[in-house]
Amino acid sequence: MAFFGLFSSKQKTSAAAAKERLQILISHERQNREGPDFLPDLQREILDVVKKYVAIRDDQVAIRLDRVGDSSVLELNVTLPER
Amino acid sequence: MATVVTVTSGKGGVGKTTSSAALAAGLAKAGHRTVVIDFDVGLRNLDLIMGVERRVVFDFVNVISGEATLNQALIQDKRMENLSILAASQTKDKDALSEEGVGQVLDQLADMGFEYIVCDSPAGIERGATMALHFADHAVIVTNPEVSSVRDSDRILGILQSKSKRAKEGGKVQEHLLITRYDPIRVDQGEMLSKEDVCDILAVKLIGVIPESKAVLKASNTGVPVILDEDSDAGQAYSDAVARFLGDDRPLRFVTAKKQGLLSRILGGGD
Repeated sequence: MAFFGLFSSKQKTSAAAAKERLQILISHERQNREGPDFLPDLQREILDVVKKYVAIRDDQVAIRLDRVGDSSVLELNVTLPER
Repeated sequence: MATVVTVTSGKGGVGKTTSSAALAAGLAKAGHRTVVIDFDVGLRNLDLIMGVERRVVFDFVNVISGEATLNQALIQDKRMENLSILAASQTKDKDALSEEGVGQVLDQLADMGFEYIVCDSPAGIERGATMALHFADHAVIVTNPEVSSVRDSDRILGILQSKSKRAKEGGKVQEHLLITRYDPIRVDQGEMLSKEDVCDILAVKLIGVIPESKAVLKASNTGVPVILDEDSDAGQAYSDAVARFLGDDRPLRFVTAKKQGLLSRILGGGD
């Protein structure tokens, strides 16, 4: 086995690990940066309002801002619990 | 019309000042009237890298506050008559750089006939750095093939694309990626991000790759921009980068590891 190991089964290099970590991190940071500053606050307040009427968890509200041409579309997804 | 070229990186110690000095000297060598300005108020070092530290009488902040004229503060390089240096203040607060003041100095430099104004940005994203970014027509993003440097470069790109004067006016700052301290041997061994990896992640056009080189320390020791060390690998790589900036098409050099002989490969030689 050791003999074949010399030729195959290349372990992932540290440079490959660095690239993977950076790609994940930077795509996440770019998403945050592209949204306007008020988005996290807006999400929290909407969550509070919904919570007044329905018992939901924090992760049941998803908020997204997309740019379509000249206008922005605010997309709000609230997953309501089943009765 | 003068072109403002800002050399920036976010992270410190990646080679901004070395690159600013090289770029400015290279542009001057190519026949363009060039001035290089140190935006690192409080921690100036461009004067030292350019070898003019003993000739600084007035600085950038003195000019902004009206304590000196631009002509009094500009230091003309002794090697090239079309190259000038404007040093940063060592004592003043970084808030001394007002947007209005900096804008006026840049306008005045353009009126004096400078074709290129190279701005050496400080590390970080505080006032000196944002001021240097604000007025940029071109930005040279200096990045080491290393995770924290790449991440910081991406943050700087975000600031350029949202907060620069050009971006606010609906335009775009022209971005160029300059990778420094590149070690092709370690890239080959999978120990260092490759130039392709860095370009993929940052999505900016590559203007040059500067190899890790002893010539850089030697240049800073003696106060000579490394680009003037024409025999050195780093000097030649910077010359190529300047030529590309000016529109020449040049192949990359010093980006592949020297081929090892069969014997040393069998014996596991090399370093």
